[in-house]
Amino acid sequence: MPSSSQVIGRLVAGRTGRSGRGWLLVSLCAGLVVILPIAGLMLEAMKGSAGLWGHLFSTILPVALVDTVILLLGVGLVTATIGTSTAWLVTAYNFPGRRLLEWSLLLPLAVPTYIIAYAYLDILHPIGVVQGSIRWILGYETLRQFRLPDVRSMAGCILLLGFVLYPYVYIPTRAMFLTQSGNLVDAARTLGVSRRAVFWRVALPLARPAVAIGIALALMETLNDVGAAEFLGVRTLTVSIYTTWITRTDLPGASQIALALLMVVLALVGLERFARRQQRYATDARRTRGLAQQEAGPVKGLFFLFAGALPVLIGFIVPAIYLSTEAWKRYQFAGLSPRILDEAVSTILIAALATAATVGFGLVVAYTNRVRPGRLSAMSLRISTMGYAAPGTVVAIGVLIVLAGLDRFIDRTASDWFGVSTGLLFMGSGAALVYALTMRFLAISAGGIEAGLSRIPLSLDHASRTLGQSTQGTFRHVHLPLSKTAIAAAALLVFVDCVKELPATLLLRPLNVETFATHLYGEAARGTYEEASIAALAIVAISILPVILLSRVGRNEPDRSAKTFRQGEIPVHEAL
Amino acid sequence: MQRKTAVRLDKVGRIFGAAAAVKDISLEITGGEILSLVGPSGCGKSTLLRIIAGVETADTGQVFLDERMVDGGEFIEPERRRVGFVFQDYALFPHLSVRDNILFGLKGRPRREAVATVSDVMERIGIRHLASRFPHTLSGGEQQRVALARALAPTPSVVLLDEPFSNLDQGLRERVRAATLSVLRSAGATVIMVTHDPAEALSSGDRVVLMRAGEIVQAGTPREVYSHPANAYAADFFCAFNKIPGAYRDGSFETAIGRFVLPSIAQREGSRMLYVRPQAIRISKDLGEHTAYIEERIFLGASEKVVLKVEGLEDRLTTVVTEPLPADARRVTISIVPELLLTF
Repeated sequence: MPSSSQVIGRLVAGRTGRSGRGWLLVSLCAGLVVILPIAGLMLEAMKGSAGLWGHLFSTILPVALVDTVILLLGVGLVTATIGTSTAWLVTAYNFPGRRLLEWSLLLPLAVPTYIIAYAYLDILHPIGVVQGSIRWILGYETLRQFRLPDVRSMAGCILLLGFVLYPYVYIPTRAMFLTQSGNLVDAARTLGVSRRAVFWRVALPLARPAVAIGIALALMETLNDVGAAEFLGVRTLTVSIYTTWITRTDLPGASQIALALLMVVLALVGLERFARRQQRYATDARRTRGLAQQEAGPVKGLFFLFAGALPVLIGFIVPAIYLSTEAWKRYQFAGLSPRILDEAVSTILIAALATAATVGFGLVVAYTNRVRPGRLSAMSLRISTMGYAAPGTVVAIGVLIVLAGLDRFIDRTASDWFGVSTGLLFMGSGAALVYALTMRFLAISAGGIEAGLSRIPLSLDHASRTLGQSTQGTFRHVHLPLSKTAIAAAALLVFVDCVKELPATLLLRPLNVETFATHLYGEAARGTYEEASIAALAIVAISILPVILLSRVGRNEPDRSAKTFRQGEIPVHEAL
Repeated sequence: MQRKTAVRLDKVGRIFGAAAAVKDISLEITGGEILSLVGPSGCGKSTLLRIIAGVETADTGQVFLDERMVDGGEFIEPERRRVGFVFQDYALFPHLSVRDNILFGLKGRPRREAVATVSDVMERIGIRHLASRFPHTLSGGEQQRVALARALAPTPSVVLLDEPFSNLDQGLRERVRAATLSVLRSAGATVIMVTHDPAEALSSGDRVVLMRAGEIVQAGTPREVYSHPANAYAADFFCAFNKIPGAYRDGSFETAIGRFVLPSIAQREGSRMLYVRPQAIRISKDLGEHTAYIEERIFLGASEKVVLKVEGLEDRLTTVVTEPLPADARRVTISIVPELLLTF
């Protein structure tokens, strides 16, 4: 029997003695960072009077919910179709330009939803380039004689979002096709299935979990979107939260809608988790050799290349060219205004601060799970990854509730005790925005770093410890050097996401501070097209960095890339 | 001269989930002793080793290193225990050269002294030429030697080896083992080596500790545990015995093929089985007491394994012969050497 002092010692010290206690403490703080806003959101939603709920159910929710559901169904269908067909195209066939196409299909990831909407609003404007050209070719004179359907519609929104979000389906599905055993296909063919039918009878059914994961991620991104939906006149739940708070300053109301949105998100998370479990079975088949690629003839090959390039054209090349020319025109006309430079500074500053916090917490959470494995550290890892599914608006409202309350409390205490008003300490300084970004993207850094750490055998930790290094020393001399690429990759992903993030920035930025994203939003919402193209181009240029990173991971190493996707619960591409 | 106790375990226990991995183990290891901890996989031997190193903690009991309590009551972190650990996968730091790997445990010592120690250890183990190589460029045997050098460099008070040779091919394993043991012996190190290989345990240790399901089955010198196994399990672990059912009557063990008089030390009340070592069965053309037919011959090079059907016995007996048998030998006679018999 253990002595009582030993039992107490163990309760206090846990499994590995005293080492790692500090890590655990900070790790739990990270968990708290994520959980507080969600708790605040729930409390605030309860506060809303019963009448408010009634109002919500009778006026906003029916419209917003129906619009949201239609949008999700549409985007799901479009991304699934484009994502799986392009994935099959580049894995099952070989044709000139296939390799180039394979990674260019990732490019639309660099175009945030609000930018594609912004770009096409102008490109497809009735008096814009495209419609003007068509009229000119057809010899029409006036708008009355010829007019394309308005892009500002549900259908327009679905198509545009679909063309930038399909890579979420393309990536895991392609990885799945690459890891599928060629033997399975051969077996099917000897059993009398034609090569064409193999896709429907074998490959697609096996890839179903990957497709489902991809759709779930694309839809989470759809729910996060506030810009595209608003520019295109679709009143989703996300837009409703934003307007409820901005135009009516109704926090309980916004919280209630946020809570409703969170339910939809939970359903998506459920779908994703379920699909991931299925995927383990689907990839269980021993992989002896990959799927043999079929050579496509010259005519067919050209057709494939064109068909495969179409999503890249619509989702990336056309908007990129449009933004470049517009930005160039603007630059020729007015040069770079100090305003744009200011925005660049605040965009980068906010993103850098949030990245530092996110990667710092991510490191601690992931490392604690390693040096001090146990229920508590596992719990904080799980909690810290909850934010990734929550839309920016929901996160922002949650943070608003927590920090605005804290601000008021500090202000009141300070004026009571010292007669000084501190004002809005967190809200005014941008700390709230950094907080929200950290909460939302912690999953990317914690997940990525955890995956990086998991590739380091545990015996290295033990070797270092028995050779005289403490947990801190082991971290510095062993883990840090061995996982620096994973950490750098996580930092890059988080940084870019912070630059792109619109809804949280819109709601939480300090007064008079603009970032590229909010500038673009402001101009698009006003219908002006001044310097927004420069801001948009800057965002796209920065967003291309992780796409390059991702394309390098997947190239030539189908096994490795597939493993990366299977390994981390939080896939790298979620970040993009 | 009475040497002092280097490692003392006092009723050490460790539970994983519902199952006890290590149950109430008490053990003392003298300074300079080489101890083999042997048993099938999952018997708790590695867990015990890791508890001594401090990378795992005991749930119950106490661990002492050089008479200082390191676990139970007070927990001393592994970095303050002065143990050297050679891991099964060697656990070489992939981002460090061989020299820096060995230097790793010497942080905090004067640079000049540390560098001198490293080159001294590399010299002794014969890996000087590998100094600036990186682990992934080394062969398995080289990696093993680097791991050993790294563990020995800080002159630990006890060296722990966890299946250190299991990742090497058969031929290489013998050589590396011999070299490792000679290095450890000349360093006068106290060594605990975990292995699942009975032959390795018998040939390497001053003392062998056999474990099963978290408990010590038997501890003793290699000759003791081999010649006088404490129970049937220990006997089966170290030797592929032939078994003949029977029972004691009037001081001798009666079986279907006759009575055997065992040395008194090997007699054990209530035994139901006669344990016959392969080498206790001698084959001759017609000098033996029992008639047997050769059923199968497996040529092993230096020796030959022969499977025999003995008249009056249901089960086949297996023996090992070193003298060549005639190629056409079919019917032979056997005799059984009573000095090598055991009963359980």
